[in-house]
Amino acid sequence: MAVATAISDEGAVDVRDRGDVRRQIRLVSVFGLVLLALVFFYLKIDDFGVKYTLGERVTKDDPAKDLDAQTIMIAGLVVVAVALLLAVVNKVPKGALGGLIYFLVGVAFFAGFVFWNYADQTGTFSVAIINPFPGTIRLATPLIFGALAGCLCERAGVINIAIEGQFLMGAFFASVASSLAFSAEMGLVGGIAAGVAMAALLGVFALRYQVNQVVLGVVLIALATGLTDFLLSQIPDDPDIKKYLNEPLILEKVPVSGLVDIPVIGPALFNQTILVYIMYGSVVFVTLLLFQTTWGLRVRSVGEHPKAADTVGINVNRIRWQAVLIGGVFAGLGGAFFTVGSTGTFDSNASAGNGFIALAAVIMGRWHPVGATLASLLFGFCFTLQAQLAFLDKIPGELLRASPYLVTVIAVAGFVGRVRPPAADGEPYVKS
Amino acid sequence: MSTQAPAPPPGAAPEPAEPEPRTDLRDPRSWLPSVKVTAGAFVIALVIGAFVIAFSDDDVIESLSYFGSYPWDFFTRSADAVWSSYSALVRGSVGSSNAIASTLNRSAPLICAGLGVTLAFRAGLFNIGAQGQLIVGAICAGYVGFTWDLPPVLHLVVALIAGLLGGAVWGAITGFLKARTGAHEVITTIMFNYLAASILIFALGHDTFQRPGSDNALSPKVDDSATFGKPLGDGFPVHTGVVLAILAGFAVWWLLERSTWGFELRAVGANADASRTAGMSVAKVYTLAMLFAGLLAGLAATMQVLGNQNSLSPTLPGSIGFDAITVALLGRATPLGTVLAGLLFGAMSVGGVAMQASAGTPKELTDVLQALIVLFVAAPALVKGMLRIRETGGGSTVMAKGWGS
Repeated sequence: MAVATAISDEGAVDVRDRGDVRRQIRLVSVFGLVLLALVFFYLKIDDFGVKYTLGERVTKDDPAKDLDAQTIMIAGLVVVAVALLLAVVNKVPKGALGGLIYFLVGVAFFAGFVFWNYADQTGTFSVAIINPFPGTIRLATPLIFGALAGCLCERAGVINIAIEGQFLMGAFFASVASSLAFSAEMGLVGGIAAGVAMAALLGVFALRYQVNQVVLGVVLIALATGLTDFLLSQIPDDPDIKKYLNEPLILEKVPVSGLVDIPVIGPALFNQTILVYIMYGSVVFVTLLLFQTTWGLRVRSVGEHPKAADTVGINVNRIRWQAVLIGGVFAGLGGAFFTVGSTGTFDSNASAGNGFIALAAVIMGRWHPVGATLASLLFGFCFTLQAQLAFLDKIPGELLRASPYLVTVIAVAGFVGRVRPPAADGEPYVKS
Repeated sequence: MSTQAPAPPPGAAPEPAEPEPRTDLRDPRSWLPSVKVTAGAFVIALVIGAFVIAFSDDDVIESLSYFGSYPWDFFTRSADAVWSSYSALVRGSVGSSNAIASTLNRSAPLICAGLGVTLAFRAGLFNIGAQGQLIVGAICAGYVGFTWDLPPVLHLVVALIAGLLGGAVWGAITGFLKARTGAHEVITTIMFNYLAASILIFALGHDTFQRPGSDNALSPKVDDSATFGKPLGDGFPVHTGVVLAILAGFAVWWLLERSTWGFELRAVGANADASRTAGMSVAKVYTLAMLFAGLLAGLAATMQVLGNQNSLSPTLPGSIGFDAITVALLGRATPLGTVLAGLLFGAMSVGGVAMQASAGTPKELTDVLQALIVLFVAAPALVKGMLRIRETGGGSTVMAKGWGS
């Protein structure tokens, strides 16, 4: 079916290209599945009494309130039905209005899914729906930092698979620095130092010795894993010494007065640690840096066509070095999250694969800092929701644990599809 | 498209791209430089390792406090520490027939999974998913192994095939997704690793996979009828699966170098666009390459489950799937290289445990050593610079493209 044709009322031939047909098929099937799922959720619920709170937990001052789940679900059903109808007659608008429709369908599905999970609880005390956004931001923070590091390196044409390695070293040395200086903020400095050191290693081997960068990334991860485990085993159990090496202080939450009282997003955005605030600034900084400055233009040019960049007098390897080292700063901060930013003490393999997920976020976000941030937030949201729903027994915990990864595969295979990396990504540049 | 050409040493005159010289084993000039660089990489890695050992030894640190007045102590104690660690490493891995057998048993899964990564590499695919493919293979092989009741040899064969199929299906899905939708294999294989881990935990939560009388997430061992035998007895307890691993090495070599499909695979790996223009089905190559990569990872799983008779547990796969990537890289994505690298890594991990037991050096040191070796092997220019090797050539790196497209 290369081209589907239809004769419209005026007798003109209305030619539809293949992409349009495929889009319609996809929309109808997605909206249809969502509608089916919502109907299923609606029929499965016996008692629509659901409690909710806008805080992160139910407290005395902030008791759980009742929610009219039935009305919301019916509204959701109507929205999805309308969207499905639009899709069937192929009238789903493109652009912002279309985006709004996708968003509403997404929200309707999500609401139905959550209500189904929280309704009909059989336990002795009922669990209320809590605000998932503070957790989303928190868990997305290291991913965003890692993804920013990845974007910077890869836009300059240096593949950085070693984000996981930078995380591990950053986490370890953040813990050491914080323990030595008795200050959580010094931990961030330690994390940055370790992240930049790993980035320098990446730079030396990738740029000076032109090692295959995919190989290099894997090796650096192995090196960081081995080295942190080795150093960890060298820290004596004697509490008097351990106190100075692996018992860091943890960053305190710093609520921004005024802004924190905004409902729903206030506690999510403005009741976080300083690391999270640095993350907001970093996303803006990297985006502006890459797309609004001369330096950013140079970075992108050496990543796309180093020879052309060289011809106009840009020192390709110097720009790449700068991008890799600045990326190291962010990766180190992301690593610091796993010790001083969350649990404190460094354990073996503290970053637990988050570096790989940050790498996936870079690719899902199409090598753009904002795209990568949104992808990271999606992961953070899935992780948070998974942790919250684990208390309920509607879905087996193992399946829930798998859900963020399943969501990624569906998103990448179904919606992101073929992506185009920077043209010279991974290609060492030798001046000739 | 960023095919990694062997990098000329920095500062050297640019060389015109020349076809890689055919490796002819009778002519030492073709392989000697490469061997020299590899040996040099080992030496440098071991020297760095020696420093780490010396400075992690309590006696050596103690002697540093009076280094100014009596430096000799520092050197003798360092030498002692380094010697005892490295000799324990060697003795523990190849020092006795028992040690050699455990090295072989430990190497077999690394070799198989490494071959899977190698095969995918040659098709231009970066398969991080050996871990997940191995887990699914282990679940399938284990399930057949401890629930079905079949006569001895048949049981083994059926369990083996189940393991192979499990890994192959898991690998093929990612290959198919890449071929059909363009979903990047690095993302999908990573995600499929996590999915496989979840499936394993899910399975262990069910009675079928639960060892009777145990509260841990632990399966029963596979029946004796489904295990690889140990024909050489207790003196040399190596299981027959090791032979399969070596045969797999031959099979991959034949597939890559002698078969038509292997030619297509290498062509797609070198330049997918050109291959498509030449009429090859890139989608088919991607899917099949990942299928075979998964099959080999599944074979690695059977080594663990049917060979070493390990129970299924969340820690069963360990880091084999990730070590397999390093093994494939050290082996420069060639079958022979992968087999040798797998043997080396197996020896180091068996020897590392012995080293920790007898010399007190943490076994994590072997992980550092492994990473350093691969790092230096991948950077021939650095090794040549440090050791003043003058020869050109030798040290072609793995043909892996950037992100591909």
